[in-house]
Amino acid sequence: TKLNFSSALEEERHVRANDRDYNERFSYADNRIKTAKYNVFTFLPINLFEQFQRFANAYFLVLLILQLIPEISSLSWFTTIVPLVLVLAITAVKDATDDYFRHKSDQQVNTRQSQVLIKGKLQNEKWMNVRVGDIIKLENNQFVAADLLLLSSSEPYGLCYIETAELDGETNLKVRQALTVTSDLGDDVAKLADFSGEVICEPPNNKLDKFTGTLCWKDNKYSLDNEKMLLRGCVLRNTEWCFGLVIFAGLQTKLMQNCGRTKFKRTSIDKLMNTLVLWIFGFLICMGIILAIGNTIWEQKVGSDFWEYLQWKELTINAVFSGFLTFWSYIIILNTVVPISLYVSVEVLRLGHSYFINWDRRMYYSRKDTPAEARTTTLNEELGQVEFIFSDKTGTLTQNIMVFNKCSINGKTYGDVYDEFGHKVDITEKTPCVDFSFNPLMDRKFRFHDSSLVEAIKLEEPLVQEFFRLLALCHTIMPEERNEGELVYQAQSPDEGALVTAARNFGFVFRSRTPETITLYEMGQAVTYQLLAILDFNNVRKRMSVIVRNPKGQLKLYSKGADTILFDRLDPSNEELMFTTSEHLNEFAGEGLRTLALAYKDLDEDVFDEWMKKLLFASTALDNREEKLGALYEEIEQGMLLLGATAIEDKLQEGVPETIACLTLANIKIWVLTGDKLETAMNIGYSCNMLRDDMNTVFIISGHTMLEVQQELSKDKFSSGLDMEKTELYSSDSVFEETIIAEYALIINGHSLAHALEADLEQILVDVACLCKTVICCRVTPLQKALVVELIKRHKRAVTLAIGDGANDVSMIKTAHIGVGISGQEGMQAVLASDYSFAQFRYLQRLLLVHGRWSYHRMCNFLCYFFYKNFAFTLVHFWYGFLCGFSAQTVYDQWFITLFNIVYTSLPVLAMGLFDQDVNEQYSLRFPNLYRPGQLNQLFNKRKFFTCTLQGVCTSFILFFIPYGAFMTAVRDDGAHISDQQTFAVTIATSLVIVVSVQIGLDTNYWTAVNHFFIWGSLAVYFAILFAMHSDGIFTIFPNQFPFIGTARNSLNQKIVWLVILLTTVVCIMPMVAVRFIKADLYPTQTDKVRLLQQATRKQGPQEQNLRRVRRTSSRRSAYAFAHQQGYGELITSGKNMKVPTSSTSTYPLSSPTRGLTGTSSASICKCFRHQKH
Amino acid sequence: MMASSYNAKDEDGHLPGSVGSGGPGAVKSKKPDNTAFKQQRLPAWQPILTAGTVLPAFFMIGLIFIPIGIGLLVTSNNIKEFEIDYTGVDMSSPCFSCSQNYSWNSTSACTCSVPFTLDQPFESNVFMYYGLSNFYQNHRRYVKSRDDSQLNGDKSSLLNPSKECEPYRTSDKKSIAPCGAIANSLFNDTLELFYNHPNGSKITIHLEKTGIAWWTDKHVKFRNPGGNNNNLSSVFRDTSKPVNWHKPVYELDPSDPDNNGFVNEDFIVWMRTAALPTFRKLYRIIQKKKDNMTPTLPPGNYSLEVTYNYPVRSFDGRKRMILSTISWMGGKNPFLGIAYITVGSVCFFLGVVLLIIHHKYGNRNNSADIPN
Repeated sequence: TKLNFSSALEEERHVRANDRDYNERFSYADNRIKTAKYNVFTFLPINLFEQFQRFANAYFLVLLILQLIPEISSLSWFTTIVPLVLVLAITAVKDATDDYFRHKSDQQVNTRQSQVLIKGKLQNEKWMNVRVGDIIKLENNQFVAADLLLLSSSEPYGLCYIETAELDGETNLKVRQALTVTSDLGDDVAKLADFSGEVICEPPNNKLDKFTGTLCWKDNKYSLDNEKMLLRGCVLRNTEWCFGLVIFAGLQTKLMQNCGRTKFKRTSIDKLMNTLVLWIFGFLICMGIILAIGNTIWEQKVGSDFWEYLQWKELTINAVFSGFLTFWSYIIILNTVVPISLYVSVEVLRLGHSYFINWDRRMYYSRKDTPAEARTTTLNEELGQVEFIFSDKTGTLTQNIMVFNKCSINGKTYGDVYDEFGHKVDITEKTPCVDFSFNPLMDRKFRFHDSSLVEAIKLEEPLVQEFFRLLALCHTIMPEERNEGELVYQAQSPDEGALVTAARNFGFVFRSRTPETITLYEMGQAVTYQLLAILDFNNVRKRMSVIVRNPKGQLKLYSKGADTILFDRLDPSNEELMFTTSEHLNEFAGEGLRTLALAYKDLDEDVFDEWMKKLLFASTALDNREEKLGALYEEIEQGMLLLGATAIEDKLQEGVPETIACLTLANIKIWVLTGDKLETAMNIGYSCNMLRDDMNTVFIISGHTMLEVQQELSKDKFSSGLDMEKTELYSSDSVFEETIIAEYALIINGHSLAHALEADLEQILVDVACLCKTVICCRVTPLQKALVVELIKRHKRAVTLAIGDGANDVSMIKTAHIGVGISGQEGMQAVLASDYSFAQFRYLQRLLLVHGRWSYHRMCNFLCYFFYKNFAFTLVHFWYGFLCGFSAQTVYDQWFITLFNIVYTSLPVLAMGLFDQDVNEQYSLRFPNLYRPGQLNQLFNKRKFFTCTLQGVCTSFILFFIPYGAFMTAVRDDGAHISDQQTFAVTIATSLVIVVSVQIGLDTNYWTAVNHFFIWGSLAVYFAILFAMHSDGIFTIFPNQFPFIGTARNSLNQKIVWLVILLTTVVCIMPMVAVRFIKADLYPTQTDKVRLLQQATRKQGPQEQNLRRVRRTSSRRSAYAFAHQQGYGELITSGKNMKVPTSSTSTYPLSSPTRGLTGTSSASICKCFRHQKH
Repeated sequence: MMASSYNAKDEDGHLPGSVGSGGPGAVKSKKPDNTAFKQQRLPAWQPILTAGTVLPAFFMIGLIFIPIGIGLLVTSNNIKEFEIDYTGVDMSSPCFSCSQNYSWNSTSACTCSVPFTLDQPFESNVFMYYGLSNFYQNHRRYVKSRDDSQLNGDKSSLLNPSKECEPYRTSDKKSIAPCGAIANSLFNDTLELFYNHPNGSKITIHLEKTGIAWWTDKHVKFRNPGGNNNNLSSVFRDTSKPVNWHKPVYELDPSDPDNNGFVNEDFIVWMRTAALPTFRKLYRIIQKKKDNMTPTLPPGNYSLEVTYNYPVRSFDGRKRMILSTISWMGGKNPFLGIAYITVGSVCFFLGVVLLIIHHKYGNRNNSADIPN
C-alpha cells in the first residue's frame, strides 16, 4: 500500500461505492496513518544523513578528515572520532526510541476494528485496511474511522447523532441526515452491497464545516453537503447503528488535514545556541587567521634562520604556505571551543528533565491514574520562558459539567452548609450529601449538600414547589426513557440539563412531553400540564417562558431568564424580594456561578384568549413576524412574580482559578480560545477570575465585516485612550506596561477574528490584545486557533504555550512553541500531538513554575559554564602559539584533549544541569515572579555568553601565563630541569581541571550526593587516569602513544608545581567570587532574595508553609445561564421531532396519569432536533 | 465545591479501590514512585555566597598567601645563582671568533675560555646548567620529530624509524639512530670549569655528568637496543649517525656503558624538550666537598673552557652557562614569591573593600521586601 501524495493535484474526487477496483485507479490514500519516520532498514542511512545535516556534526566530520592530513594534523584522529561516534550513537538511540513509540501509537490507531462491508458480508477489519469506497457500519459510541457519507441509520429519516468534541470541541450533539434514497437502504446488507452510487466531490481539504459533492445513482443526481458527512474523529451517539461510505481516508481525512504538518520544534535557546556556535566558529576562524599570519611572519623572520635545526621535508616550502597549513592545524586544535559534547550533553539534560516531569507525583492524577508525560524531550527549558498561554475552554478549564449548586427561593438561599456554630463550611468531597432516596426517579449522580431545601420540599412549601415546578416545565429538553425510570435528558445546553435534573431530584420529575402536554411526576404523582405556548429564548429576549394549564385548570406563565431582564418585568409588589434576590445573585455571581432568575405569573383566562388570538395572527404574518411575536411575548411577560434564582456551577477543573491567578502573577498572559459561545466563554472568564468587575473595560468585538471589525478595534483603542498610552508604553519599561494593561479585557468572536487576522488588521489586533490583561476568543475554528498562536509568535517573539484536550486543539498545540494535551479524556488526538500531557489544567502551574523554571535555570547555567569551560580549556593554545612559533603545538597531552570534555569535566556539569535547584519547589510556587527572568531571557543571552566566554578567555590567560612566569627559571628540588613541555602540560592541565571543578562548585546551588560524587570523582578520575597514562606499564605497551611516561610522578611531587597550581586556581576563581558577591549584595535579584529567605527559614527549622490563598474578588455581572441560540419551542409544539415509540417502552411503574392521557403519547421518545436554521 | 488551593496532600491519598490490594484484576498503578531522587527531593547542601563566607575567605587567602610569598621570596633570594653568556656576540667576547667561524660542517673544534668571578661562596651541591634562548624546542614539527619506540630500544624502530622523524629519518640509505630533529640538534658544546686559585694554579672542578636526568627517563623511557651491553657499536651497526653529529650515538660516552647510547644522560636531558623558547637544562653537578668546611665553589676567579661546537648565531640565539644552588623549592624563582605576595595583598585588600561596601550599601536583610 503506497501513500498517495498527489492529493495536491487532485481536482475532483470520484468514489464509487463497493467498487474497489474502480477506486484503486485513483490511488487515494488508504486509512493507515503514519507518523513514524523510519523503519528498520531505512533507520541507519536516514538517521545518519539527518544527523550530518546538523551543522555541528558535519563540522566535526570535516575536522576528522583534516586530521588525517599529516602536514596539518596537530592532533591524533582519535581526539575527534571518539566523541563524534559517541555523539552519533547517543542521538541515534534516542531517535530510534522516539520512533518506536510513534510506531506503537500508529499501530494502536491503525488496528482499531471496524465493520466493513466486503463481498456482501459485514467483516471486521482493521482501520488501516479500510479503503475509499468501502461501506462501513458504525455502532453507538464508536469513533468514526474515516470521513464518511452517511447512507442510513437506525433512526427515522436517516438521522444520526454525533459528538464532534474531537473536532471542534463542542460537546453538544449534532445531527446528520442521510439522503432519503440512501436511508431507505436501512440495514439491509444485501441492498447496501448492491449500492453502486458514485460520489463526485471536492478534493481533500481541511475545512471542517464545508463539503460539496454530488451522488450519482440510478441516473439521478443528488447534491451532498456537510450535513451528510460523518468526519473521522467524531463519535456516534444515541444512534444504534449507521452505515457510511468512505470518502476520505487516513491522512486525507479532514481531521488529519487539520492537524497541520508536524513541525520540528526548536527552543529559542537552541536557536541562540546555533547562532552562538556560528559566532564561535567565526571567532575560531579569526584566531586561525591571526595565528596563521603570525606563523607566516615567524617563518620568515625566525623560522628560516632556525633552518639548521628544523627543516621542512620539502625544501621549496615557503612561509605563506606554511601559514596556510598552520591555519588548518589551528582550526583543529582550537575546535574544542565548539564542543562536540555540548549537543549531546544538552540532549542528555533535556532527557533527564523530561524524566523528572514523568516522575513527578504532584502532576499525577490518581482519579484517572494518569501521570504527567513529557512526550518530547527537546523543549524543557522553553517551559521556563513562556509568556503566552493559549487555552482551550471545554475540557481544559472546565470539566464540561454543569451542576445545580445553589438557589434562592423567595428570599432564602439554599446550598451552603453550616456547622453547629453557624459558620459556613467549605464543601469538599467528604461533605455528606443530601439523601434523595425518597425519590425513585432520582438521578444518582446528582449531589446536593444542603438538606434544608429537601426539608422545605417535604414540608410542601408552595413557593419552593412552584420553583421546582417551573424548572421542570420551562425548558425545551427532550426526555428519553429506554428502561423504566432510567431517564436521560437530551438537553440543548448543559445548563438546562442541570436545572431539570435538579428539579427531578427534588421531586419534580420531568417525565415526558408531547407537542401539547408535559407530564411531570410531582412528589410521586403523575401530573400532566397542557402546554399552551412556548415563548422561546433568543439572544435579544434572554429569557424563555412557557404558558401551561395545570390539572386544576389554572393558567400559568413560567419564565426564566437573565436577572436584569426579568427584574424589569416584575410586579411592583415584588420590590423587596427583588432586592434580597438581587443580593443573593451578587453573592452567587461572586462565586463564579451562572445565575438565572425565575418568575411566574397567573394568567387570566380572558386575557390569555385574547393574547392567543393575537399570537396566532402574528405567527401567520408574512412580514416582520419575529418582531411582532417579540412584542407579543413582551406584552404578556409583564407583572410577573419573582420566585427566586438558581446558580449553576460550570464545573471548572480543580484549581483552575488559583492556577490562573498564579500564572498571571508570573506575568504569563492567558488567552482563552474556544469554539464555545460568547456568553459561555465570558462566564468562564468570570469564574476563572480572568474577567473581573473592576476591569475598566471589557471590549467585545463582534463585527461581521472587515470594516466593522476595524472600527470596533480602533474605537476601543481611542475610547480608552489606549493609543496614547501605547506610545508611552513603547518608550517605557515593562513594569509600566503591567500597570496599564491590568485594566482591560478583550473578547472577540470567530467572525471578527477572521477579519482581524487579515494582514491589514493583524497589527492592530496584536496591539490591542496585548494591552489587555485577558483575551478571550470564542467561536473560533481549529485553524483560527492556530492562526492566533501563529500571530503572536510572529509579532511578539514570545514563547507560546497551547493547552487543550480535543482534536480541535491539535493545530494550535502543534503551532505553539509548546503544546500541552490534557490526557485521561476519551480522545487522544490532542495528547498525541502534544509535547507534554497531564490530566489537569492546574498541573500547568507546576510544569511551568517548577519544572520549566528549573529546566531553564539549569540549562542556562549549564551553557554558561560549558562555554566558559571550553574557552578556558582551548584558548591556552592561542597564547602558547605566540611562544612556540605559531606552530600549532598543543599545550596539553592529546589524551587530555580527548578526555577533558567527555570524562574529566562532563559529569559534574551534567549533575548540575540535572539536579540544581536555585530555589526549591515551594518557593518557586510561592513567588511566581521568580519566573520573570526566563521570560526576559536573562539567564542566557548574547551578553551572558560574552561574559562567560570572556571569563573563559581570562581564565585561559591566567592558566597559561602564571605557569609561564613560574617556569621561566624553575628547576626541581633535585636540580633537574622542570620547565620541559610535559611538566608544563601537566601543570596547566591539572590547574585547569581544578579551576573548572571549583567553578562548577561555585555554580552549583544544590549539592546533592550525586554532585559531590561527580565533582570529587572527576578530580579523582583525572588523577587516576593521569597517573595511569604516565605509568611505565602503558608506555612499554604503546611507546609512541603515551610519551608522557613519568611526567605526573616527576612533576606532581614538586612543591613548586603545587604552588603554581594553587596560585593559578586562586587567581582564576577569586575575582569571580568577588564579582558575584558584590552583585548579590548590592543588586540582589529576586532569586537571590528568595534564596536568602529560604536559607533563613531552613535554619529556623520547618515552619508552617502557608501557601497563599488566591483572593477571589466578588464580581457582579448580568449573567444568564443558558447562552444558546434560538430555542426549539417551535419544533416541540409542531411535534416534528417526536417519534412514535415502539410499544416496548411504554410501561409505567407508577399510577396512571390523572387526566386520561394514554401512556403511548406521554411515553413518546423525543430526540432533540438540532439542525435548525443557522 | 470550590476547589481548594493547591495542596499536595490531597493527591497523595489514593482513591478507594484504585489500588485494589489482592484483587485478581488489580492493575498496577502508574503513580510514580515516591523516592527522593524521582521527586527531586534529594537532601542537599545549598551554599550561598554571603558576607559571612566570602569575606573571611578573602582574608584567609590574604593571610595565607602573604607569608607563603615572603617565604618563597626569601628562599629564592638566598639561592646563589651565577649566569654567564658565552655566545660570543660582542667583538670583545672570548668566544667571538668561534661563534663567527663555526658551523655544523666544520671539522676542527674551536675552543674558547671565558673568565668569570664569583663574589660569594656557593655552598652545598652546585648545579651547572646550559641555557639557550630563542631556541624553539617547542615548535610542533620539532617536538614530534622523534621516535619514542626507537629510543626505548625497539629493534624494528631502530632500523625503520617512524615517519615523524622526516627529514631526519634516513641518511645514506641507512636509518638514523636516533632519528628526528630533536636528536639531530643535540647540544654538543663541552663546558669545563676551572678555579683560578689565588696562588696562580688552575684547579679543574670535577663535574658529575650522571644523575642529571629523571630517573624514569633514564631507566624506563630510554633504553639501548639489546640492553646495556658493552658492544653498542654492533647493535647500531646498520644505522647512521644523525647528520649534525660528529660521532655516532654509541660513542657519546665510551667510558661509561651505563651512560652511553640512548641512555646517555646529556642526550636524555636534551630529548626532554623545553616548553618555552628560552630554557635551561641541567648539564653537570658539582658535588659538595666532603669536609663541609670549605664551600663547594669558593669566591674567586674561574674560567669556563668551552669547546664551541653549537652554532646559534644564525637564529640570533644565545648560549649561557648557569651555576646555581637549590633549595626546597628548586632554583631561584622570584616570580612565585612576588606573585604570592601580590595575590595575597590583593585578596586582603579586596576583602577590606568588600567589607566596606557590604557595610555601607549591602542588603543584609533583603528577604523582607520580596514583592509578589
